[in-house]
Amino acid sequence: MTAARREGARQSRASIANRYDAWLRHHRLSAADSLHRVLTNKLSTLMTFMVIGIALALPVGLNVALDNARELSAGWESPSQISLFLEEQLSAAEGQELAAALEQRDDVATVEFVSRQDALAEFSALSGFADVLSSLEDNPLPDLLLVSPASGLAEDAVVTLKGELADREGVAEAVLDMEWLQRLNSIMELSQRLVLALGVLLVFGVVLILGNTIKLAIESRREEIVIVKLVGGSNPFVRRPFLYTGLWYGFGGGLVAALLVSASLWYLGKPVARLAALYSSDFSLDGLGVMGALNLLVLGGLLGLAGAWLAVTRHLAEIEPR
Amino acid sequence: MISFQRVSKRYAEGHDALREVSFDIAKDDLVFLTGHSGAGKSTLMRLIMLMDRATRGKVLVDGVDLATVGKRGIPGHRRNIGVVFQNHQLLFDRPVFDNVALPLVIGGYDYREVGRRVRAALDKVGLLSKERAMPLTLSGGEQQRVGIARAVVCRPRILLADEPTGNLDPELSAEIMRLFEDFNQVGVTVLIASHDLALISRLRHRILTLKEGRLVNGGVA
Repeated sequence: MTAARREGARQSRASIANRYDAWLRHHRLSAADSLHRVLTNKLSTLMTFMVIGIALALPVGLNVALDNARELSAGWESPSQISLFLEEQLSAAEGQELAAALEQRDDVATVEFVSRQDALAEFSALSGFADVLSSLEDNPLPDLLLVSPASGLAEDAVVTLKGELADREGVAEAVLDMEWLQRLNSIMELSQRLVLALGVLLVFGVVLILGNTIKLAIESRREEIVIVKLVGGSNPFVRRPFLYTGLWYGFGGGLVAALLVSASLWYLGKPVARLAALYSSDFSLDGLGVMGALNLLVLGGLLGLAGAWLAVTRHLAEIEPR
Repeated sequence: MISFQRVSKRYAEGHDALREVSFDIAKDDLVFLTGHSGAGKSTLMRLIMLMDRATRGKVLVDGVDLATVGKRGIPGHRRNIGVVFQNHQLLFDRPVFDNVALPLVIGGYDYREVGRRVRAALDKVGLLSKERAMPLTLSGGEQQRVGIARAVVCRPRILLADEPTGNLDPELSAEIMRLFEDFNQVGVTVLIASHDLALISRLRHRILTLKEGRLVNGGVA
């Protein structure tokens, strides 16, 4: 009795192992067979690879460009300038004195004194209002100190500095000229969101394209599916080769995308370096890197699988022997 | 082995394909199913294959009430039955070997076992030398024998054949029937739908006759 029971247990365990073996075997078979099919139809496969590759390369390439821009602008964050407008009753000599005193501070790099006469001359030269200005009895402009904070000073330290300078005697108003930096930052943020939105749309597009490709593959093998179901093929069995087909298409597309992004970075690399040299910077473009390329490959594969899953769940169940 | 108990099948359009059909086919039997086209032969086969379900009544196959077999159980049920189709249902882009191997691949047999069984089945139907041939290069009789090899390669206990001699000349038909008798000899329950009365009445097996969905002959063993 116990022997028989043990025998039964062993048999069922063996059959689980067998089923696992069979499952694994069919996965290998499906993967190999679908890869063979994908590689046999060279032209249509290449086109599918290209479509997916281009769709993935666009947002990824833009993102890489954005990363580079961010890295470049990171070096620009500190050299903002504080403009100190001095009170009118202050004489030029007193203004110079104040400038010298401020320059002693640790958090100040340089202070430039711009007298009201210089300011008026510059303004009339630049604005084209010379006639109007010369008709004025008084010079309406105050003396000005241009304060450059010490390099490496954090943004909020600069703001604090501005507050302290504004409280100094003889200073009418302190203006922190950071607007252009804030603009740049918000442009960057906006671009990043645009790239993200574009990425989401294109990823969605890739899934749909792959879904459609797999749908066509299913249609072209409809008779075969019917026969397989007639002789006892289960839904997972029928599904497997198509899921692998989606996976291969996705991998191929990811590979093409990685190549496209690398190629365009290589193409842009030299002009960018020359431009950077003109601005006496040693900036150079950062590429995708090995991990980035691998991620792209994995992303492509996952999208392929998702597209195939979409197609398979929608179309395979409908195909039943009639 | 196969048992129908007052089985009726009405299609959605209101057409009654089977009406109150009852019969039993014992293990090791070879039974013919005959009747004019439209008499319900194919419907009866489809019910056994679970390609359709009975509207009323009970169908039992190998002791299992088919009403209890869910959607997920259908593939497993079909793997226990070998089926030969009138239009062969072969994969025309695969060689003979792959066609016959299909049920084994689905069943998850390992490569050596697949090779051994496929060759045994092909040998049985006399097509061992054609295992690398494509089905389209074979004659109708040969294609039918490929279909038979595929049906028996898993050694099912039940073999169904729907008009297996449909487009074959009398000599080839007799040959195919002899093959079915051979399988029956080794313990396979065989049910053959055929309208070739001249042929099947010569063979002296039990005959079920359907007429407009009713069983008019052979219902009682």
